[in-house]
Amino acid sequence: MKKKSISYAKWGYIFLIPFFVVYIIFALVPLVQTFYYSFMDRYVDTGAISIFNPTGNVVDNGFCGLKNFKDVLIGENAQFTQAFVNTIIIWLVGFIPQIVFSLLLAVWFTDIRLKLKAQGFFKTVIYLPNVIMASAISLLFYSLFTKGGALDTLLNSGGDMSLLDQVWGARGIVGFINFMMWYGNTTILLMAAIMGIDTSLYESAQIDGANPTQTFWRITIPLIKPILAYVLITSMIGGLQMFDVPSFIGSDMGSPSGKLKTIVMIIQTGKDSAIGQVGAISVLIFIISAILGFLTLKVMNDEPGKKKKKKPAKSR
Amino acid sequence: MPRSADVVGESTGKTSLMIRRIIAYVVLIFLVIISLFPFYLLIVNATRGKVQNGIEFVPHGVLWSNFKNLFSKDTEHIYGNILGSFANSFLISGLSCILSVYFSALTAYAIHVYDFRIKKIAYTFILLVMMVPTQASALGFYRLMIKMGLIDSFIPLIIPSIAAPSVFFFMKQYMDSSLPLEIVEAARIDGCGEFRTFNSIVLPILKPAFAVQGIFTFVASWNNYFTPRMILQTKKTIPLVLQYMKAQIQGNPQIAHAGIMNLYMVLAILPVVIVYLALSKFIIRGIALGAVKG
Repeated sequence: MKKKSISYAKWGYIFLIPFFVVYIIFALVPLVQTFYYSFMDRYVDTGAISIFNPTGNVVDNGFCGLKNFKDVLIGENAQFTQAFVNTIIIWLVGFIPQIVFSLLLAVWFTDIRLKLKAQGFFKTVIYLPNVIMASAISLLFYSLFTKGGALDTLLNSGGDMSLLDQVWGARGIVGFINFMMWYGNTTILLMAAIMGIDTSLYESAQIDGANPTQTFWRITIPLIKPILAYVLITSMIGGLQMFDVPSFIGSDMGSPSGKLKTIVMIIQTGKDSAIGQVGAISVLIFIISAILGFLTLKVMNDEPGKKKKKKPAKSR
Repeated sequence: MPRSADVVGESTGKTSLMIRRIIAYVVLIFLVIISLFPFYLLIVNATRGKVQNGIEFVPHGVLWSNFKNLFSKDTEHIYGNILGSFANSFLISGLSCILSVYFSALTAYAIHVYDFRIKKIAYTFILLVMMVPTQASALGFYRLMIKMGLIDSFIPLIIPSIAAPSVFFFMKQYMDSSLPLEIVEAARIDGCGEFRTFNSIVLPILKPAFAVQGIFTFVASWNNYFTPRMILQTKKTIPLVLQYMKAQIQGNPQIAHAGIMNLYMVLAILPVVIVYLALSKFIIRGIALGAVKG
């Protein structure tokens, strides 16, 4: 028996090779490199860009400690802090309606007394926007609301500011698109969690005369807390990576007046110039995501009933 | 409540249940309209010459001429090769999808079936890196691709999908539930080589997992704007053409080819919508499963 497992072990290594080779080249080395850049006073001299030198000359002033971090966090134009605040605001504009509607729908879909019809249809439709190209939806909204667009002329004919030129208008539209794309997904996650709750709890609550509001706050919410936290944190991680929608609705510079600028936009626009600072911003994204990721793991593992539920769900 | 619940609850329950049901349907229909409205608008606008002032709901009849115009030489002069952008997107997404599911399954198989010294470490490592967002290493990735001369090449958009930690995780979970080791042992006894066992015995068992993860990977790659934006310069995928179109309507949303643009957007989302509608039950179950598994 022992001999056998030894003789097969080499295949384990062989089968792991493709994954690790590709991961190391295309993800790990770049990640280490990014960390390295974040401590370097390094930028690209964009003035030197020409046809013969399309990427410009890298100006390297060597190691500079935490200067880049200081610059992007509390420096003169504190790029990271501003973009972080913007990102969180835009994320909240979408997330609040998203969680409210998703909770409502999830509760309704799983309510044994309500018995809603055509659930398959509703689920299919509300999830649909999630698979659609975010850039296409955003471009559609942009063409509708930009100055002279179909809905702009309808909303304020003659006014000189379109909705997209106003900070809260633009943030609202981005938030709305995010909401539209993600509430179906959240609904399905929450439904899975609610269906995992023992139905006898609801039955006994009903016998005891509890109304739907009471069962919702006293039974459903406490029991799906872990998955609610999971939804919150994963949505936040996704929110930090927000790029397509605000970039199409505003611009890569985050117009109007930079209030739509997200963290990832800085990476996209600064990757050719401010290498050191963009490196520092990337490291900050890494750190925040890592913290959020470990929170997710902790939340998911804290619930004792979690592991038991996994198995029947898988074998289905 | 001191009242006898089983009697009182029944009579008041009937009407309140009815009201709740009505509210639920109204909200649902409202949300369905919100979710479908953009698609409807795209389709209507795709049949027009220009975008309308205000919203109009009736399609016009120039869909076919828009279609011909979209693939004409004139459009190519303004927006670049339209057909080429579809070909590029199909090539990149198709290859990413195949490589991603195949190699993720292979990696998961290595961890699932074999016993070797670094197995635990490798598994933990993959789970940990699952949380690293691609954006965090994007700068290093971009600078490295410049050094390797891979800017404007499809390789940086395709090859990295071989190492997809989240697809690996799904495959591993699927194997835990539906790939008994006895099958592998039986194949060994029959003299089947390890690699052949994986290809001809294990892969067919994994088909359902392949379908779900294949679709997700394809869609993610098809819709990806961030990475191609960084890597490609002359070649274009669909989202990059969309970005170009945005620059055209900036300040001039009523330009003559607005109908063509809308048609392009319809065609851009059509493949995904068709696959989704055909397999939606499958997909929705997949999301719920993925969530329960974390």
